[in-house]
Amino acid sequence: MGSISLQNVNKSFGEVQVIPDISLEINDGEFVVFVGPSGCGKSTLLRLIAGLEDTTNGRILLDGQDMTDAPPARRGLAMVFQSYALYPHMSVRDNIAFPLKMAKASKEVIDQKVEYAARTLNLSDYLDRRPRALSGGQRQRVAIGRAIVREPKAFLFDEPLSNLDAALRVNMRLEITELHQQLQTTMIYVTHDQVEAMTMADRIVVLNAGNVEQFGTPLELYRTPANRFVAGFIGSPKMNFVDGAEAAKHNAHAIGVRPEHFALSKTSGTWKGTVSVAEQLGSDTFLHIHLDGIGLVTARTGGEETYEHGETVYLTPDPQRIYRFGADGNALAA
Amino acid sequence: MATRQTRALARTMMAPAVIVLLIWMAVPLAMTLWFSFQNYSLINPMMTGFAGWANYTYVIGDPSFTQALVNTLLLVGGVLVITIVGGTFIALLLDQPVWGQGILRILVISPFFVMPPVAALIWKNGFMHPGYGMLGHLARWLGLPPVDWFAQYPLFSIIIIVAWQWLPFATLILLTALQSLSEEQREAAEMDGANAANRFRYIILPHLARAITIVILIQTIFLLGIFAEIRVTTGGGPGYASTNIAYLVFRTGILSNDIGAGSAGGVVAVIIANIVAIFLMRAVGRNLDA
Repeated sequence: MGSISLQNVNKSFGEVQVIPDISLEINDGEFVVFVGPSGCGKSTLLRLIAGLEDTTNGRILLDGQDMTDAPPARRGLAMVFQSYALYPHMSVRDNIAFPLKMAKASKEVIDQKVEYAARTLNLSDYLDRRPRALSGGQRQRVAIGRAIVREPKAFLFDEPLSNLDAALRVNMRLEITELHQQLQTTMIYVTHDQVEAMTMADRIVVLNAGNVEQFGTPLELYRTPANRFVAGFIGSPKMNFVDGAEAAKHNAHAIGVRPEHFALSKTSGTWKGTVSVAEQLGSDTFLHIHLDGIGLVTARTGGEETYEHGETVYLTPDPQRIYRFGADGNALAA
Repeated sequence: MATRQTRALARTMMAPAVIVLLIWMAVPLAMTLWFSFQNYSLINPMMTGFAGWANYTYVIGDPSFTQALVNTLLLVGGVLVITIVGGTFIALLLDQPVWGQGILRILVISPFFVMPPVAALIWKNGFMHPGYGMLGHLARWLGLPPVDWFAQYPLFSIIIIVAWQWLPFATLILLTALQSLSEEQREAAEMDGANAANRFRYIILPHLARAITIVILIQTIFLLGIFAEIRVTTGGGPGYASTNIAYLVFRTGILSNDIGAGSAGGVVAVIIANIVAIFLMRAVGRNLDA
């Protein structure tokens, strides 16, 4: 069991209010990702749940039990840190066994659980090494191993992949998602990378300046963003925003069109512009286009056609997929 | 540019410093060795010439030598224990956020700036004097007879004075080591269910191992040669109760005017220091391997 409930939680560091007021319900077994730009309070929120920071006000419930003032050890949660926080003077085996040792488990239980964790995470060959003799991905796995042996109610991940190189990150992303399928334990995962959020999460919490902008499944966020911030943050490349006269035509303060929702033509279309940069990835081409009277927008097209710098193109936004936003930034009903 | 030419140039430039240091070290050592095999007593200037091993057998054979050796080891060991245990404790306290942290740290470090004879005098007259020392007053206030520290516990008194002087050094080194422990590691241990005592034992103490090694090595070098504190307070007495090897050399060579025997004692002291160094490196040196 591992349902987590935050009720009107707020947090201030002295005068600075980091989290004004957050209420969240995370169900048992869910994989929830906290995503947002740096400084949005996502790590602080995770640390509040972990008990490493005290809430200024509000309550935190784990499985319905009030844990607001419980020390981290009593909450039954496990955390994987950004720097892995392995104990450098202990072997991999001792690192993984540490939480069990602290819980005064018997030697047989410790050995059995460490072996199991090592097998799950492909660490069996490294058990007697020190952390510094491991690669980044292996260290990451040791940190996860240390978390899973405790059989926690929930796992907390604090940007665990940000110290890895791009290829390894994709791998570890898969491994963590698979681990979640296997364990079916609640996981909360903090990241600033919206691709990680989209690919891993059951549900995503988009945070901005300590506020929850939207909480929903990845596709909900992509298809029906609640406001301009979410619309801009979810999706890669970013959604294009157009305001002024063009937006007024749609009865909105601003309109948004995703790069993938443009029809491109070299002969005719709604908006005329010139290609500034064409980024060719093979499968896709991202065009940065100066639209006359609107500005710079990004459009995605297939990799087959080639475009040159300075070439004239016409863009037609898919009328079904134009997002309209009011002056307050909130999405307007279609 | 890293050629034969630059290497030769570098050597030429370094040579004066190296030569001066070499002479500085080699000449006194050679002279000490030379005197240690000579009959050379200021009381009896007529007796000269080669003495063979007589000076050595005289110094080592004397019961005072064994006592001085034991005293030296007790002094070094006692001060090391007090400074490392106390230093770790104070460093842990200073690592906590408190008001006036900066001033507090300077105050804690200040005994290190007091020169040894002055420190010894402060303790001798200000604290340990049975008549007008603070500890004497305290004892009388409690209705107890004042303790004559230097007469009753001469070596222990000196250990306390020297430990007081070296505590700041140990604290300082251990505090910086403590501050280099990553916050995430502490938090990870907290999440893993380690209480304060376990965090200290399994996380903090292993992290401090290297710093403790450095404190042991550096302090031992200086503590083997403690002299000023003994000279100012007990003068090595009563009897030989607070005489260490360094002070014994002084007693033999300067007080008894027997330069030959004093030199022999000095050579023995050098040998003992090296033996201690070898043992130390064996015992704790592996902590220094990266």
